[in-house]
Amino acid sequence: MDLLAQYVMNGVMLGLMYALVAIGFTLFFGVLNVIQFAHGDVLTAGAFAGLASYAVVVQAGVASPLPQLVTVALAATLSMAVLGAVLGRVLVLPLKAAPALNVLLATLMGGTALRESIRLFYPGGSQPQRFPTLLPTSSWSLGRFALRLDNLLMLAAGAVLVVALSLVLQRTRLGLAIRAVAQDEETARTMGIDFRRVVLLTFAIGSALAAFAGVMNGLYYAEVNFGSGLLLGVIGFSAAVLGGLGSFSGALLGGFLFAALQTVGAVALPFASAYKDVFAFGAVILLMTWKPTGLIGEQLSERV
Amino acid sequence: MNQRIALLPRLALLLLLAALPARAKETVKLAFIGPLTGGNSAIGLGGRNSADLAVKLRNADPKAKYTYELVVLDDECKPDTGVQVATKAGADKSIVAGITHYCSVVAMATVDTFHRLALPTIVWGAVLPDITYGHSYKEIHRVNGTMINQNETAAKLMLKQGFRRWVVIHDTTDYGKGHNKFFTQFVTAGGGQILGTFGVTADQQDFTAELTQAKALNPEVIYFGGLTPIGVRIRAQMDKLGINAQFQGTSGIVSDDFIKGLGPLAEGVVAFREGAPAEKLPGGKFFLEKYAEQKYANPPEAYGPFAYAAAALLMDIIEKVGPDRKKVLAALGEVKGKDSIVGAITFDDHGQNTVAAITAYVVQDGKWVVWEDSEYATGKRKLKGR
Repeated sequence: MDLLAQYVMNGVMLGLMYALVAIGFTLFFGVLNVIQFAHGDVLTAGAFAGLASYAVVVQAGVASPLPQLVTVALAATLSMAVLGAVLGRVLVLPLKAAPALNVLLATLMGGTALRESIRLFYPGGSQPQRFPTLLPTSSWSLGRFALRLDNLLMLAAGAVLVVALSLVLQRTRLGLAIRAVAQDEETARTMGIDFRRVVLLTFAIGSALAAFAGVMNGLYYAEVNFGSGLLLGVIGFSAAVLGGLGSFSGALLGGFLFAALQTVGAVALPFASAYKDVFAFGAVILLMTWKPTGLIGEQLSERV
Repeated sequence: MNQRIALLPRLALLLLLAALPARAKETVKLAFIGPLTGGNSAIGLGGRNSADLAVKLRNADPKAKYTYELVVLDDECKPDTGVQVATKAGADKSIVAGITHYCSVVAMATVDTFHRLALPTIVWGAVLPDITYGHSYKEIHRVNGTMINQNETAAKLMLKQGFRRWVVIHDTTDYGKGHNKFFTQFVTAGGGQILGTFGVTADQQDFTAELTQAKALNPEVIYFGGLTPIGVRIRAQMDKLGINAQFQGTSGIVSDDFIKGLGPLAEGVVAFREGAPAEKLPGGKFFLEKYAEQKYANPPEAYGPFAYAAAALLMDIIEKVGPDRKKVLAALGEVKGKDSIVGAITFDDHGQNTVAAITAYVVQDGKWVVWEDSEYATGKRKLKGR
């Protein structure tokens, strides 16, 4: 029972991170019909931005973890919001009239350039970097289950963020504008919605989300490395497609479902947990064959 | 009259030009291949600098018959890149021999390439036994030891400390699988128990699933067969899950980056490696002095002395038999008791240096310390669970 609780906890933490990345993909696709393949690398860049700001803040003499944590989170999310808007302005908007494949390639290449820049230009970038422990480390042992306070805090923060984003999308004018553009760009423009502003804000929001996920990733594993975004991007994208590209709740479902598949694969397969990714992706392929438009969404994923 | 006088400078110039080739030394090229980028780059760069040091010292020697040039190639610790650069080196006829590889999985991939292109090579850092023993190609030699000896010593020492129950986590490359095979063999022969074995991919990020299963088995030691990047992650995540077992690793984690990536969590980690620390080698002091003089940006790390010894050995052979691949290959087959900074080198019938020395290390106060010199050996500090 306690072991099961530990597995559930592991799965939920992973699921939250995948879900945050998947939501980003779904936002970009919903608003602009683009697959932003640099999203995973924006996550990594956010984590590194947070790490760099930590070094600065420690140098400045701030010793208490709470202001450090706030600085790291703010630096990561704000810088990635800017980067996301820049990516949208430079890589995506100009290619709006081009075939969707071109945009996918452009963002894929942008992501690779971003990843390699981190590896080359961040001091010691090719090595895994130690991420500071900024959350309280107390934990309660319930048998073989280690219930950690930092995990609970991250879960709570992630849940708050997801709920807040959902509220923004459903209850605010900005959210209305985003949903309008996602539904029908032409009509939205006719209605007087500033298309470019909405697109850039969506990119900023999605990338800020990725940065938050990156910082969470760093805090959870106490480590970041330049390659973390690659697999996370692929998994986040698969999760978004699995749940239904363009559907917010689909992205959530896809993220947690993928994490569950990975955990089940690692535990249930007797020969090697090395095949857990094979198992998880294999299951995703089967699910997609059964429901091509995703488990929840109605958007088509033919562009991929 | 004028014309004859004008002829003299031209004659002098001609004589000078004729004399020059007799004085200019022929340039001989050696290839160095290692992971210069990526997670193991620190060790690759240390090896490169050490080979470069050997070449520089030889070029500064007026008695050398040839001028040596080191052609540096990056295998990125990836088999496909390794085969690419191996083909490049082997196909270049001006390269006489190669000092090759730290990553075992890459060294295994390029064995056929070097044989096919007839380039004699000496491995400087890869420890998988099959690299020399898995085939009968004459081209492949190695100056460092293999993981068979390493794991035998490791099993003996840990059993002597009183540990009996292990969980093995290994990466699924030939390197990790080899460590798993030999360590399991020696530990079970010595009376220990392997409670569970988990294979993980070499670039895996999340180990919570494997470690939760490991925790359920309640081991005393978690043995890790793999390289530094995932070693760091596994040790960090062990702490996250509240696993209070001793962490034991192989040569793959004996690097400064391992300690840098973990901070205080690295304390008390045990690992084993072929050879001995540079200071304890026969030519260690000389090597470290000369290395410091060159002011390289990176330290020699674990296998620098082996890269140096391999380069020096090749240059000694070329001085004797000339820059001819076939002659160098034949001479490599006769190396017996040849002196070097890592001790006497003797290649057996598979080109493997019969080096017996294995050193045990433990992390103490943020540094890798030789076990015998540490406070853990004297009993002042205790390993986990002792």
